Amino acid sequence: MSASDTPARIAQRQKTRNRWLLSSPALLIVFVAAIGPLFVMLAYSFMAKGDYGGVKPWEFSTDGWFGVFFSRDIFDDTLTIADANVTIFLRSLRLSLLTTLITLAIGFPTAFFIATRPARMRDVWVFLITIPFWTNILIRTFAMQEVIRNEGIINTVLVATGITSEPVQILYTDWAILFGMTYVYLPLMVLPLYASMEKLDFRLVEAGYDLYANRIQVLRRIIIPIVKPGMIAGSILVFIPSLGAYVTPRVLGGGKNMMLGNLIELQFGAGRNWPLGAAISITLMVLVMVALLVYVRYAGRSGGQHHG
Amino acid sequence: MARSFDVKTQPGFALIAAFCFAALYLPIAVLVIYAFNAGESIAVWEGFSLRWFVTAMSNTAVQEAALRSVVIAVFAASIATVAATMAALATTRQGTYPGLSFKYAVLNQPLMIPEIVTAVALLIVFSRIKVWTGYTGLGYLIAAHTAFCIPFAYLPIRARLESMDSALEAAAADLYASPWQAFRRITLPLLKPGIMAGFMLAFVISLDDVVITEFVKSGGQETLPTYMLGQLRRVVTPEINAIATVFLAFSVLIVIMFFFVNRRKA
Repeated sequence: MSASDTPARIAQRQKTRNRWLLSSPALLIVFVAAIGPLFVMLAYSFMAKGDYGGVKPWEFSTDGWFGVFFSRDIFDDTLTIADANVTIFLRSLRLSLLTTLITLAIGFPTAFFIATRPARMRDVWVFLITIPFWTNILIRTFAMQEVIRNEGIINTVLVATGITSEPVQILYTDWAILFGMTYVYLPLMVLPLYASMEKLDFRLVEAGYDLYANRIQVLRRIIIPIVKPGMIAGSILVFIPSLGAYVTPRVLGGGKNMMLGNLIELQFGAGRNWPLGAAISITLMVLVMVALLVYVRYAGRSGGQHHG
Repeated sequence: MARSFDVKTQPGFALIAAFCFAALYLPIAVLVIYAFNAGESIAVWEGFSLRWFVTAMSNTAVQEAALRSVVIAVFAASIATVAATMAALATTRQGTYPGLSFKYAVLNQPLMIPEIVTAVALLIVFSRIKVWTGYTGLGYLIAAHTAFCIPFAYLPIRARLESMDSALEAAAADLYASPWQAFRRITLPLLKPGIMAGFMLAFVISLDDVVITEFVKSGGQETLPTYMLGQLRRVVTPEINAIATVFLAFSVLIVIMFFFVNRRKA
């Protein structure tokens, strides 16, 4: 019996083994049906595309990655920027940023409003934000479609009040996607904002007013710096799903106004270019990772809220 | 009081908040109202009727899709909840240890990756497996749903476990309870609200999923959300509103139940 086999050590080793045994089913499922396939996709992005979708296995090619931003002229092999893909990347970034800013502009006052209600009423208001959050995203997108269509409420009101003589075409434009994403992701902004505003100590605000600060100064110099972690958390929670949005642009953008999610689908469907689709997916994933890393670094440095 | 200076207001904020709540609920309200329209249109009101609910309920495609959605959600949420409970027991209330942050990272991974990326990655792998094995059943959808349900089941269970006092289990051990007895008689009953909350969350998440299901499903495996997505391409009648309304009512019911279960403190 060696010295390392003391009863304490044996018990410790058994404990470690039990911990791994207990967590292994969950780890295994996530690995098999979520993480593992990502590595397979990475491999696919470096293979030659098959003639009818899929890939030619083990035939190495960088055409997939090349095609993300460039295209080769079929006649004289000259390189050009893939305008269509670049346009879609830029549209995705632009619409995601705008969605984040608009939800912040609406969400900040809303969270402030909820945080300043009497304690018992706050739960009710938060619950009202939570319900849309848990209802099906497709149903909410469809609801938005009905509101902005040419015969919908907005256009009916615009025409009835004489602001415009004819319905304004909103559906199937970038505006429709922007409205839809703002609508769908708004609760994701309000909830973390509220979580940090709820902890706001209003004696600090009062002190500000006592020292002759006006409302805007109090907002800018006291409230915003304190709730900044919530603003950043909310922005990340809205920006990331916006960037990878698929349902909202598909239903409201009407096929022509694609975002990255739809571009990826196209490559795996009618485009029959799986390596390109895989490369675009990985690019999207990297963009999301970068956004998350920026958040983690910022949240770490400012000693902000702890997220479990 | 009314004339005193209120430090808890900012000009215009209440107005924007009112707009926010109206904007969140108005589109849903319109959708629900038109489910009761007597006419064919989802824009022109022609009187109250339940005809579209009858149409939807007697549509076999809707019945099959709804049943399939529930079957997948029951399996995925049950497996995810059991796996997540075990994982929570192994990752909570024992300080940090080597491998703990690895476990956190893996368990939360489905939350970090855009759904469309996971969806096409699964399409790649499962389409291969379908060719190799010839099996095209619901197993693929259940596996995919279980994976993304795990973090949602895990979070409330872990939160509940962390708030529990381990002195109770220690007392059970002092009274000669075996580890299994202590778990069965002390830990599990105390953990039950967390497990129920985790299950309900996972169930709703599975039921709502569109993107991953759309890419993983084999032919003829429509769930209610993918069926609706397909219908939106065509001329839309209030039948879709009726389906959406029933779906909505069901989800809201589960969310309300979740709130009550989750609120009950030890």
